[in-house]
Amino acid sequence: MKKSYQSLEVNSTNNMKQVNHRKLGKNILRLSLIILLAFSTSLSAQEGDPAKGKSLFNANCAACHKLDKKMTGPALRKVEQRLSDEQGLDREWIAAWIRNSAAVIKSGDAYASKIYDEYGGAAMTAMPQLTDEDISHILAYTAEDVPEPVVAQVTGGQDGSGNQEGGISNKMILGALAVLFALLAMALVLVRQTLNRFAEAKGVDISETKGTPIWKAFVQNQFLVLVTAIFLLLASGYFVYGYLMQVGVDQGYQPVQPIHYSHKIHAGDNGIDCKYCHSSARVSKTSGIPSLNVCMNCHKSIYEVAPETATAEYSKEFYDGEIKKLYAAVGWDDAEQKYTGETQPVKWVRIHNLPDFAYFNHSQHVSVAGIECQTCHGPVEEMEIMYQHAPLTMGWCINCHRETNVNVKDNAYYEKIHAELSKKYGVDQLTAAQMGGLECGKCHY
Amino acid sequence: MKGLFKIVVIALVLVVVVSCKKDTKPNYQFMPNMYEPVSYETYMESDAFRSGWEAQLPAEGTVPRGFTPFDIANTTEGYNFAKDSLSSPLDSTKVDLARGKELYDIYCGICHGNKGDGQGTLVKREKILGIPSYDDVGRAITAGSIYHTIYYGKNAMGSYANQLNEEERWQVTAYVLDLKAKLEK
Repeated sequence: MKKSYQSLEVNSTNNMKQVNHRKLGKNILRLSLIILLAFSTSLSAQEGDPAKGKSLFNANCAACHKLDKKMTGPALRKVEQRLSDEQGLDREWIAAWIRNSAAVIKSGDAYASKIYDEYGGAAMTAMPQLTDEDISHILAYTAEDVPEPVVAQVTGGQDGSGNQEGGISNKMILGALAVLFALLAMALVLVRQTLNRFAEAKGVDISETKGTPIWKAFVQNQFLVLVTAIFLLLASGYFVYGYLMQVGVDQGYQPVQPIHYSHKIHAGDNGIDCKYCHSSARVSKTSGIPSLNVCMNCHKSIYEVAPETATAEYSKEFYDGEIKKLYAAVGWDDAEQKYTGETQPVKWVRIHNLPDFAYFNHSQHVSVAGIECQTCHGPVEEMEIMYQHAPLTMGWCINCHRETNVNVKDNAYYEKIHAELSKKYGVDQLTAAQMGGLECGKCHY
Repeated sequence: MKGLFKIVVIALVLVVVVSCKKDTKPNYQFMPNMYEPVSYETYMESDAFRSGWEAQLPAEGTVPRGFTPFDIANTTEGYNFAKDSLSSPLDSTKVDLARGKELYDIYCGICHGNKGDGQGTLVKREKILGIPSYDDVGRAITAGSIYHTIYYGKNAMGSYANQLNEEERWQVTAYVLDLKAKLEK
């Protein structure tokens, strides 16, 4: 590995392409051996380990540089070779730039000023702590060829097939049951026919005697009619009540959003705090929908999902398309790494919506009471598509206020009222209801 | 046979009715004019404004109530100026490291790591790379440079000025300096 890298470094890629591919490995080895012997003194300083270089690169450079994509700074694949080919700049220049780019610019270096202006005057952080060895490791890593795309979605595929198998086996069981029941029904019909035929053959009279039809008997029995009527009334009352009670309740409401945002990936897999995006839940009535600059805090760097994020249901292409939707809305040109200024609003569909006559304040519940978001919103970190978990009815609010003990420990908001009320009620623990959480005017005014 | 037919029809109707309930549409409301607000709600669309929506930016040249303008520019020069000269308005009695930690863990720890060593969850999962540790000698951060970075963002990091207010930003700054001191030990 080391040797082939050196041959790459000293000979340009053009040379490599001309090499006869059938003997490529051998030739590279031979070539690098010759070069090693010829320039062994000068090369010894340039040896670098791409593996070490990768970790150094990720720790020190990756904040602003990607290998194949412009970011805050330029793409760095084969940077050493490109610089020596195009600008005639050697490793010493690179090392000087890495350790203190401002000094290189100040010295009046033409290329340094050019690159500084090209990237909008973003000064590269000085890295005086990197040794010559570290820099050679990093350059060895950047000199590597583009890796072959790994066959993706191995885990996703397995999961998917597992799910599908489960679905198929369930369906098969149901189908088998249906067939079984059909066979049973047919068998019954056949048995009846056979018995009838036997009866006919034996000369037994099986014709039914004509009595009063059953509905007439029913009508004549007034008690039965009364019972049935009461039963029907009660049953219909039950269903009408059930229907009316769910009017205006949106539990389970799961609208299609303009951008498929997965809470499962963000809050679940990556463990981002709810309040990172919904920051106004801490301080205001509304738990705000984040403006798109909050998305761009991360998605400036994350322009595609990792292959292992894709599931059987949602492919990597699908998720990448959703990130593209974000870029279109916020007006971010990913190739040029700058904002175009052409923005358009994302019309998220509101899910949790209290009627206008009920007052609810997020900050009071989140910051003062310290309630977990999941208490009302359910397991959001497992939701691929967001839905309303709680009924948000008045009974639901009241129940929680009655059952929840207010956490007054180390809570300056409650010190005084807790002292007074616990004396009044003679209890140590106060529920939200005892603190006035059931008063009409607290929520309706 | 007729009875069976009727049962099947009723079952079919029931299935159709039940499957009509869609989760992607909101339910009926008893009295919509009591449910829906007369006033402008957060984020609502409204033709009262030229932009077509309710949320508006403050008029140019005005300062919202309770805000203090931040005069240092979002440039490298501004950053260096803040780094050298800007210091926290909070004195030692107002610095609340517990609150600073709480805010830091929500907004910063996800990338910078809860210890400030640049090893947050997103870094460990290789979503975002290259987060420096606070004791990085090349950066040598100060209170002013931390505040400037929170306010405007830097390189790949975005601005946190809309998630943290001025006092909270200084609390986080104090906590970051605390983490830096612990890392340098």
